[in-house]
Amino acid sequence: MSTIGPGNRPDVEDIELDGFVRALQQRHGYDFSGYAQASLKRRLQSVVHSGGYQNLSELTGRMLRDDALVPEIVSGLSVPVSDMFRNPSVFAALREEVFPLLASYPRINIWQAGCAHGEEVYSLAILLEEAGLYERSQIYATDFSDAALLRAQEGIFPAKEAHTYSENYLAAGGQRTLADYYHSRYERIKLDERLKRNIHFANHNLAADGVFCEAHLILCRNVLIYFNNVLQNEVLGLFRDSLVRGGFLCLGNRESLDFAPAAKAFTPINAKARVYRLAARA
Amino acid sequence: MTTYRAVVVGCSAGGVHALTTLLAGLAPKLHVPLIVVCHTGSEDVDMLREVLALKSSLPVQEARERHVPQPGTVYLAPAGYHLLVECDGCFALSVDARVCYSRPAIDVLFESAAAHYGAQLIGVVLTGANDDGALGLKAIRDHKGMAIVQLPEDAVASAMPEAALRVAGADHVVVLPDIAPLINHLCMP
Repeated sequence: MSTIGPGNRPDVEDIELDGFVRALQQRHGYDFSGYAQASLKRRLQSVVHSGGYQNLSELTGRMLRDDALVPEIVSGLSVPVSDMFRNPSVFAALREEVFPLLASYPRINIWQAGCAHGEEVYSLAILLEEAGLYERSQIYATDFSDAALLRAQEGIFPAKEAHTYSENYLAAGGQRTLADYYHSRYERIKLDERLKRNIHFANHNLAADGVFCEAHLILCRNVLIYFNNVLQNEVLGLFRDSLVRGGFLCLGNRESLDFAPAAKAFTPINAKARVYRLAARA
Repeated sequence: MTTYRAVVVGCSAGGVHALTTLLAGLAPKLHVPLIVVCHTGSEDVDMLREVLALKSSLPVQEARERHVPQPGTVYLAPAGYHLLVECDGCFALSVDARVCYSRPAIDVLFESAAAHYGAQLIGVVLTGANDDGALGLKAIRDHKGMAIVQLPEDAVASAMPEAALRVAGADHVVVLPDIAPLINHLCMP
């Protein structure tokens, strides 16, 4: 818990946070004890606020007795939304440096861990399509929030984002125009159904579940930043065990592996884009 | 007298000039870290870091997640991420929704730093054209920390210091050239 200085009592909010985490784990099986507390606290504040609760203790009390509240709480704590082709240079790096190596496999398994509303899953599908690799690719898009997975499956995004997404797409080296891949309707854009043909959405919780598939590429951007060092290291171990020899891992642009012993298994191939390769095992 | 352990600074429009003045005036042996959120809207803060480093009396770095802020060092929030101080005192990042249309947001840094440092924190709100930082500065004051706000008439954009004064109030309302000497004085060993 936070140390505020000698003689000071622990903060009320810290005690409430402890109680919430324990209640959610013991009663409903979701374990947030490995999450970094500062961000968790902020997210919970917004769940408390939007639900009209007085404080976190009230939310905890209600949640203990009412299972129906859990999905909404869990979705409030899940990976936040992203943009299509967020950090275009990273997608360019995948296209230019990783895809040519993936091309040697007869079947390509890609795991996106923490897919939120699917922005990056569809981005990847589009780039694979354009590289002529999509027919033999399977993308496993996972999240621990069923609500997020449902949204991701829809492939519908606000039309006001289309401009940014299109710019990102071109900056990432997209070869057509992004509008070729979606239909506009009212205030929304809906991505082409055909992009979904090799995407499999599934529930998986990085904090609790084991190896999900044998992958050639794992994308997990800006998810581990919400984990403490212990959980970060465990999940990197999980990725190591899920990748084929020479498989690739792509993390968020500002993630640090400096305190994760499991990171030793990975060699950066593009440090700026946070693209790593699993060293071939003996 | 309180022993301060960190200074957090927030600014927006006009912030680069204000930060240049502030950093040039800091004591070279300041024994606390100075953690800065400056809204820039650009892809990364490399340029800002280089510009500020030119005249700063302290080294200027981009804050790295999971690292502990070191005394006598200036840290900038990376572009596109909220910067937080974790309960163990390390930096943490998030890509949660924008706050006051901003990511990084001053409020997010200030509130998390207030929770960790309590009364041993100094918050500084400089020039800026929106309300970000006001609630954060209030959190710092609620934890009995010290609040410094640039005199609105002295700021290139007065909205941010005005909002901070309206929502949080301040212990010191001063012109820009006086802020560094004040921090040096408050953080004397």
